[in-house]
Amino acid sequence: MRRVVVTGLGLVTPLGGDVETSWQNLIAGESGAGQITRFDPEGQKATIACEVKGKDHLWGFDPDKRVDHKVQRQVDPFIVYGIDAAGQALEDAGLTDMTDAEKERTGCSIGAGIGGLPGIEIESVNLHERGPGRVSPHFVHGRLINLVTGQVQIKYGFMGPNHAVVTACSTGAHSIGDAARMIAMDDADVMLAGGAESTVNPLGIAGFAQARALNTGYNDRPTEASRPYDKDREGFVMGEGAGVVVLEEYERAKARGATIYAEVTGYGLSGDAYHVTAPHPEGKGAELAMRMALKKAGLGPGDIDYVNAHGTSTMADTIELAAVKRVLGDDLSGASMSSTKSAIGHLLGGAGAVEAVFCILAMRDGIVPPTLNLHNPDDGTEGIDLVPLKAKKREVRAVLNNSFGFGGTNASLIMQKVD
Amino acid sequence: MSDTADRVQKIVVEHLGVEGDKVTQEASFIDDLGADSLDIVELVMAFEEEFGVEIPDDAAEKISTVGDATKYIEEHKG
Repeated sequence: MRRVVVTGLGLVTPLGGDVETSWQNLIAGESGAGQITRFDPEGQKATIACEVKGKDHLWGFDPDKRVDHKVQRQVDPFIVYGIDAAGQALEDAGLTDMTDAEKERTGCSIGAGIGGLPGIEIESVNLHERGPGRVSPHFVHGRLINLVTGQVQIKYGFMGPNHAVVTACSTGAHSIGDAARMIAMDDADVMLAGGAESTVNPLGIAGFAQARALNTGYNDRPTEASRPYDKDREGFVMGEGAGVVVLEEYERAKARGATIYAEVTGYGLSGDAYHVTAPHPEGKGAELAMRMALKKAGLGPGDIDYVNAHGTSTMADTIELAAVKRVLGDDLSGASMSSTKSAIGHLLGGAGAVEAVFCILAMRDGIVPPTLNLHNPDDGTEGIDLVPLKAKKREVRAVLNNSFGFGGTNASLIMQKVD
Repeated sequence: MSDTADRVQKIVVEHLGVEGDKVTQEASFIDDLGADSLDIVELVMAFEEEFGVEIPDDAAEKISTVGDATKYIEEHKG
């Protein structure tokens, strides 16, 4: 099997419109949460979210940099975020000027968990109030999940695999794992892989609140709402954004002198076979995914330095932790584990990809990001380094990134430094 | 420029993201302004909204330049 490495990174997050702004804010302990500004949240059970900021904000995102005006008008925000993050990753990798032959061997695997819910909501109201003749001709292809991949391949002329994963909150991790396998299996030499999401709209917030998944008790204290592993946690905070990495066949990356951030060495997938929204109470599916990833990487429990947890700030946090303990040992064999959802909220289909980028930056800089708001760790967390409140310096050579989603879908990725 | 032509130009600029000076009466939506067939459907909807006219499909199919649109609207608006 061919080796697969990461050579480019792109992020659009509630902490920044690019990789470095997002990362510096993350390790500084900033929170991306606030009152919802995208619409008037009055009457909603949850009135807070981690929104991507506008270009006037210090950490803002400027869609005009990489996304055509016409495209911006026609598509949902998740597609705009995805196109921009993919562009950033390509520029970072130095791959904006490929030959036609290279483009035929370059593909995309950029998914989403839900896709264009805001546009579906708007056009449904439009249909009801004004009739079918007023529905936008761009309605369908401006909302489809695979249209981040579609738009990116059209923009850059890539003719390799055109793929999009839809596995709820595991999408980002599955997207990277699947794309790595496509390169390993010689379907492509380069893949842009990741996830994007934006469901900060009335229907999205109401739907997750009704499913009893969202935090609704901290509306007056938004930056304290996402508190994974804390005894007072009570639901996730909606996030939005996108994360995309450039994956490349190792020999090719080495030959062109690319910056190699990490190697994707392990990928594990499993299903819970238990409940549509609740995880298996013993975390059996999560454990299976982690064990598979470790086996593929040929690593033992003591080899993992950092775990980026799924850790959504729900009751499921301790289920995941128990599963991680069974795999890595009661003290995680010295690994640090944190949930960056404490700072950026839950990006659903974008989460696994954004978190993979954070894992890579933790290896690059030798610093693990914090779990914010962790003042009273829950039972079962004793003796484990959950990186409470402040980022921490430590050498990181191997990372485990977990993502779990509705439908009982689990994905674990392992990435390592390349010497 | 007539009021109608002025408003048509504004809509085209907004929808297609093109420079205003390219949106002449002679400009073809597809050949000069980079529109595709779906963009024209959307533009026709926007013209209907702005001017309170109905542009049936068979009439819309004959609109290929900015001037065609302006002329149709001038002739049919109330």
